[in-house]
Amino acid sequence: MAFGPFLLLALMEGLVTAAVLSLAAVGLSLVFGVMRVVNVAHGEFFMLGAVIAWFVSTMVPGPAWLAFAAALIVAPVLVAALAAMVDGLVLKRLSYNPEATILATIGVMYMIQQAALSYYGPDARPVLAPFSWRLQLPWFGYSGYKLFVVLAAGLVLLAVWLGLTRSKAGLVMRATQVDREVAQAFGINVGLVYRGVFALGAGLAALGAVLYVPISQAHYLMGHDPLLLSFIVVIIGGLGSLRGTLVAALVIGLSDGVISMFFSPTLAKILATLLVGLVLVFRPQGLFGAKE
Amino acid sequence: MLELKGIRAGYGAVTVLQGVDFTAKSGEVTCIMGRNGAGKTTLLKTIMGLVAPRAGEITLEGAVISGLPAHQVPGRGLAWVPQGRRLFGPLTVAENLEIGGLLGGHKPQVKERVLELFPRLRERLNQQASTLSGGEQQMLAIARGLCLEPKVLLLDEPTEGLQPSMIALIRDSVLQLKATGVAVVLVEQRVEAVLQMADQVAFMAQGAIRAMVVAQQLSPNAPEFAEFVGV
Ligand SMILES: Nc1ncnc2c1ncn2[C@@H]1O[C@H](COP(=O)(O)OP(=O)(O)O)[C@@H](O)[C@H]1O
Ligand SMILES: [Mg+2]
Repeated sequence: MAFGPFLLLALMEGLVTAAVLSLAAVGLSLVFGVMRVVNVAHGEFFMLGAVIAWFVSTMVPGPAWLAFAAALIVAPVLVAALAAMVDGLVLKRLSYNPEATILATIGVMYMIQQAALSYYGPDARPVLAPFSWRLQLPWFGYSGYKLFVVLAAGLVLLAVWLGLTRSKAGLVMRATQVDREVAQAFGINVGLVYRGVFALGAGLAALGAVLYVPISQAHYLMGHDPLLLSFIVVIIGGLGSLRGTLVAALVIGLSDGVISMFFSPTLAKILATLLVGLVLVFRPQGLFGAKE
Repeated sequence: MLELKGIRAGYGAVTVLQGVDFTAKSGEVTCIMGRNGAGKTTLLKTIMGLVAPRAGEITLEGAVISGLPAHQVPGRGLAWVPQGRRLFGPLTVAENLEIGGLLGGHKPQVKERVLELFPRLRERLNQQASTLSGGEQQMLAIARGLCLEPKVLLLDEPTEGLQPSMIALIRDSVLQLKATGVAVVLVEQRVEAVLQMADQVAFMAQGAIRAMVVAQQLSPNAPEFAEFVGV
């Protein structure tokens, strides 16, 4: 293949990575931004989304798109419910102490992982894409489903953005993020906001995983990469900055696609981690974060 | 009427308030004076339910409000204007007011009345709160509290760091509020401002109210000011 089409293919692959990654990273960023909780178990919420999608696909009869549509709803809802439980049973009891919750979510990470190993098993299992249409370009054919992933992620992110900036719930979340004590003094039930944000963050990761699993496979260890990449994105974008998170997801996703195809996936990860190091040294608040 | 009886409260192992008895009547301005660290801010936070009392009782018009979860206190008719303003800085002026009106259901006439009191905010509704001048920020902090339509307004050093023209503006708005029957509790360190606004003055030291004096009986060189404020 000539250089031009090859670059185009790499960019398209990168866009798909960016789409899935931004869903997971926005979830992580919201949770950190509003609750000041670094959720190490975030990747496991992603993994659960994929595993639940597999279970749903085996249980819903009929065409692949029907099972997929069911998974798109069931997986995020179940994962959000689990996250709400984790909030009540673990985070709230630790009073959302930043250090204690890091350790506690490490524990939650292993519990979810081992539960998946016990009940789902060590195998990687495929989930069918809802449709198999291909886009035929002059130089290569491209999965129509991957384009759908980009579109769907874009729409979800737009909805999150509008919800945060235009809705009353979004206003309440932003106020809580700035000053939880003053927020309470205006009648905001901060406990409820935290529960909702943690559930939303986990649900977004699960949604990203349902979109991702037809182009990959469901596996009980698949949460590692999204966790690492989400952290990279959130640190580069600036903790708690939604705009920064989106831009960083795009940059990391696209460069991952290009570097992986032209050189190697490992080099892509090395460069991304190096970038995090540089950002932490020269601009610790992130590229878009406000100076404290 | 807001009434505190034997309130003890603090942080962790430290007890700051050592048995506070205090009342604030509707249509009056009750000032609290005392040196730094006397416990004035802690007292207001305890009234708002943000610091849990360890002993004693707080009632508003006879109903007990101590022990309520913090987010249920403002609904009873209390608004707090915190020390240092503590606006929602990244939010716009309009959004800050909207947070103030969450419990009241955003009645347009309430917002209108508040903006009449502080017309300068009207021109800046879509501006980020953090970009306002110090005086405007204080106006917004008070306006945000007023959107709650409170029966009791707790103001913690609202004139701190403001220039004289701003202080006069804040003073006038406090007097206007008092005339509408709101019970105003005002933590204030300037003797002159206190004498212009107060009906009652509570002098606080080491976590308790040591003297409660009718403002008319105080002159600028009253001994209480020297003893409790150090002027
Ligand atoms: N969040 C806190 N945690 C621990 N101690 C505090 C806290 N806030 C205030 N204090 C302490 O409580 C005492 C009273 O403080 P404060 O109520 O702010 O006094 P004032 O407003 O009269 O200056 C001080 O000794 C202060 O150090
Ligand atoms: Mg104070």
